[in-house]
Amino acid sequence: MQASNEETDARLPLLEIRDLHVELTAPRRRLPVLEGVRLEVRPGETVGIVGESGCGKSVLSLSLLGLLPPAMRIREGEIRYASETLPHADEESFRRIRGKEIAMIFQDPMSALNPALTIGDQATEMARLHLGLTRREAREHAAALFRKVGLPRPEALLRDYPHRLSGGMLQRVMIAIALSCGPKLLIADEPTTALDVTIQAQILDLLRKIREEEGTAILLVSHDLGVIADMCDRIAVMYAGQIVEEGTVADLFDSPKHPYTIALLNAIPTPAKKHEKLFAIPGTVPALNERGTGCRFHSRCPHADERCLLQAPPVVTVRGVHSARCWLAAEEGGLSNAVG
Amino acid sequence: MPSVEPLVQFDNLQKIYPVSGFGRKKASLRAVDGLTLSIHEGETLGLVGESGCGKSTTGQLAARLLDPTGGIIRYRGADLAQFRGKSAKAMRRKIQYVFQDPYASLNPRHAVAELLEEPLRIHRIGDKRERKRRVDEMLERIGLEASYGKRYVHELSGGQRQRIGIARALMLKPEFLILDEPVSALDVSVQSQILNLLKELQSDFGLTYLFISHDLNVVHYMSDRIAVMYLGKVVEVAGVDDIYAKPLHPYTQALVSAIPTEHRREKRERILLKGDIPSASDVPAGCSFHTRCPLAHDRCRRAEPDLLPAGSGNRSVRCHLYA
Amino acid sequence: MNSRKNVTLWLGIGIVSALLLLMAVSLFYVPYGANEMNIAHRLQAPGRAHWFGTDNFGRDILSRIMEGTQTAFAVGFFSVCIGAAGGFAVGSAAGYLGKWTDELLMRAVDALMAFPGILLALIFVTIFKASLPQTVIAIGVIFIPGFARVIRGGFLQYKEADFVKAARGLGAGHGTVIFRHIVPHVLSSVIVTASLCFSTAILAEAALSYLGLGVQPPDPSWGRMLNESQSYMNKAPWFALAPGLFITATVLGFNLLGDGIRDLRDRRA
Repeated sequence: MQASNEETDARLPLLEIRDLHVELTAPRRRLPVLEGVRLEVRPGETVGIVGESGCGKSVLSLSLLGLLPPAMRIREGEIRYASETLPHADEESFRRIRGKEIAMIFQDPMSALNPALTIGDQATEMARLHLGLTRREAREHAAALFRKVGLPRPEALLRDYPHRLSGGMLQRVMIAIALSCGPKLLIADEPTTALDVTIQAQILDLLRKIREEEGTAILLVSHDLGVIADMCDRIAVMYAGQIVEEGTVADLFDSPKHPYTIALLNAIPTPAKKHEKLFAIPGTVPALNERGTGCRFHSRCPHADERCLLQAPPVVTVRGVHSARCWLAAEEGGLSNAVG
Repeated sequence: MPSVEPLVQFDNLQKIYPVSGFGRKKASLRAVDGLTLSIHEGETLGLVGESGCGKSTTGQLAARLLDPTGGIIRYRGADLAQFRGKSAKAMRRKIQYVFQDPYASLNPRHAVAELLEEPLRIHRIGDKRERKRRVDEMLERIGLEASYGKRYVHELSGGQRQRIGIARALMLKPEFLILDEPVSALDVSVQSQILNLLKELQSDFGLTYLFISHDLNVVHYMSDRIAVMYLGKVVEVAGVDDIYAKPLHPYTQALVSAIPTEHRREKRERILLKGDIPSASDVPAGCSFHTRCPLAHDRCRRAEPDLLPAGSGNRSVRCHLYA
Repeated sequence: MNSRKNVTLWLGIGIVSALLLLMAVSLFYVPYGANEMNIAHRLQAPGRAHWFGTDNFGRDILSRIMEGTQTAFAVGFFSVCIGAAGGFAVGSAAGYLGKWTDELLMRAVDALMAFPGILLALIFVTIFKASLPQTVIAIGVIFIPGFARVIRGGFLQYKEADFVKAARGLGAGHGTVIFRHIVPHVLSSVIVTASLCFSTAILAEAALSYLGLGVQPPDPSWGRMLNESQSYMNKAPWFALAPGLFITATVLGFNLLGDGIRDLRDRRA
């Protein structure tokens, strides 16, 4: 694993997000949603974004495809795909890339499909649009993809309507549709959150298989640290619109540096913690207008001091790809005792 | 423990809904189908399973929010169905239910203090001053200031709402609490607060819990014993460590192996089940799990296995492999 | 809520309060006796002495309009009360009990609804003696199906709500469940229906009285005044104008009020 990481690191990044700021334009004021997000995804790599509700992880994934809701806009920063900058507001350039180069799967496949159209109509749309296939070719193409994602009786399925399928089957359909133009990057936003445990295992297994067979890079967004750890090479932890820590699975789970990551890991019930009290993070996530100028986590952090309240902490490189946005991370061994 | 009478006992419990459809044979939806289970005083029994397995229906039957279509629920040996009128109301004080979604289960038009006072009013407990005292006491116990009494549900965070949901169930000093997915709507950091609170309250008030959840990590943390449900039936019951360390039923094995954790790095073997969970209105004949079971053989398609004691300790499993 | 955005509601409240004020004043003071005839001054155009002019018997139109508000509001208020009470009985029983009770009651409601309302009132008033109470009852009965449907819908929606289940789980009886947990939620849609029915009632009373089947002379009613003005349309157009304007204003006022409340509720939901 270590070796393959170094190998991929040498390649040019497929997706580069540089200092991305997204703001919400409320009446008479603007509120920051994402503040200075920086992330890279290399070809064939699986990168996880983990965080609690409201941390901005879904906004980040939507901004990559120019799908932000009307009230939000990119204030500054750059999104580069295959070394080419994507202009923020150019719908045309996003459309060229959307589906063909970067595809997306959503949490709720039921609402992502139009209930009034057959699955075939929707599964052939992208191939006809981007690959210029005829209706018949597109249907054959879709049937082959359905077989690949493990859907039984693909020809019959193409004539069916979405409501006749279970959640797990629909998510397979969504994955097949996403794969129809052979994208190099798949963005999966909570792809298994609505599914049962055994079905979740099937879908995660399928994503793993796609990565291995097609070499597709995956950006996996989830609130579930278990899913993220299970799937990803590299993980970014988000809190209040910023990436607070980034590193390999081993970096984050064995030697987390940011107090939020540490708190999160300690808050999850695991068999080892059965007879202990779980760590409870005091307070709540600051609202968009209460983030202040200092560290976004200072009000809930057990180690915060005045500097954390007033000054935004720098992103400190710990070792290799491991970095943390924390004043204390800079101080050698500052937090190692707190790791639970 | 076997010599002691269980606090709650489900005996061949059934909840079957008739399903009507156009031009189809009369079908029935077997939400709970012959469920037998006992819960001992002071323990937490975890009830796990996937959507549609009937775990939530079981909880609502136990709380008498639904009436069973067959079978018996015994409470300290007495059949719950025999209580009517006043005595049924008295039984409700002992058995309380906490809903998954506190936002939907708390009347949005009532302030927190009213919500907490209502159980006392319904059961005509104390005068106005006494009730106010008990409401304030409970607010303090669950970690909220008395000023929260004046707030409304929409002014509270998810965690605070669930605290109120739990407090409301505790106002009548129940013995048995049914917790239906109490933390599944919450973020991890809030979830841990609620789980800690539930454990504290259990030891403070000597409560018995039926803890219903789909999250196997959470259930493991909370429970003493675990019952696994599949299509309306219990397929395995055992102590929590037995279930996780050495699951017997093939379904339990798949479930346990599917828990996503960072410990996957230890390379535990993953068992992938084929296909979907069948619908509760079209339950397969024989063992209802045979359509997805990697170990199914001829007998499983023909005969339904019984829930029988198996292995060491106090565990039972519904599978021909162990019969 | 932003008052600028809810013009409808405030306009409705404004018109209705102005009419209510006029009614309140009329209880203590009218410029002339409403039935005081003065043949010498018949069919006078609006002027300083008679703001809205006089009618064919020389009665002051303003005074008659003012007293007419009492009739209009009495008809509106009591018929809506009858409709709401009947609708609540039928709708709550159907929604709460469900099953065959629901089937039976709602089919009856459908039958009543299929029958043209004004025709029903006409038959009713013709069978019994035409007078104010009869008119009120006849109009009230027409409203029962509408209220019943709204209330049944609310009961169906909230009967299965988690917080209603929760109350039952605590041991609450049917009374507590219905009046403490379901009714407050149903109330807002009942208020909307009531204010819309109020304007329909006033219109229906005017129509019945215009046909000579509602309020009997000499008591002032806007509909009756319209009826009497007919023969003098060319000679004294103001005779028809005043009651016509007031009927329109009242109907508009209550409709705006109803729509405004509905908007307010929808926005909150």
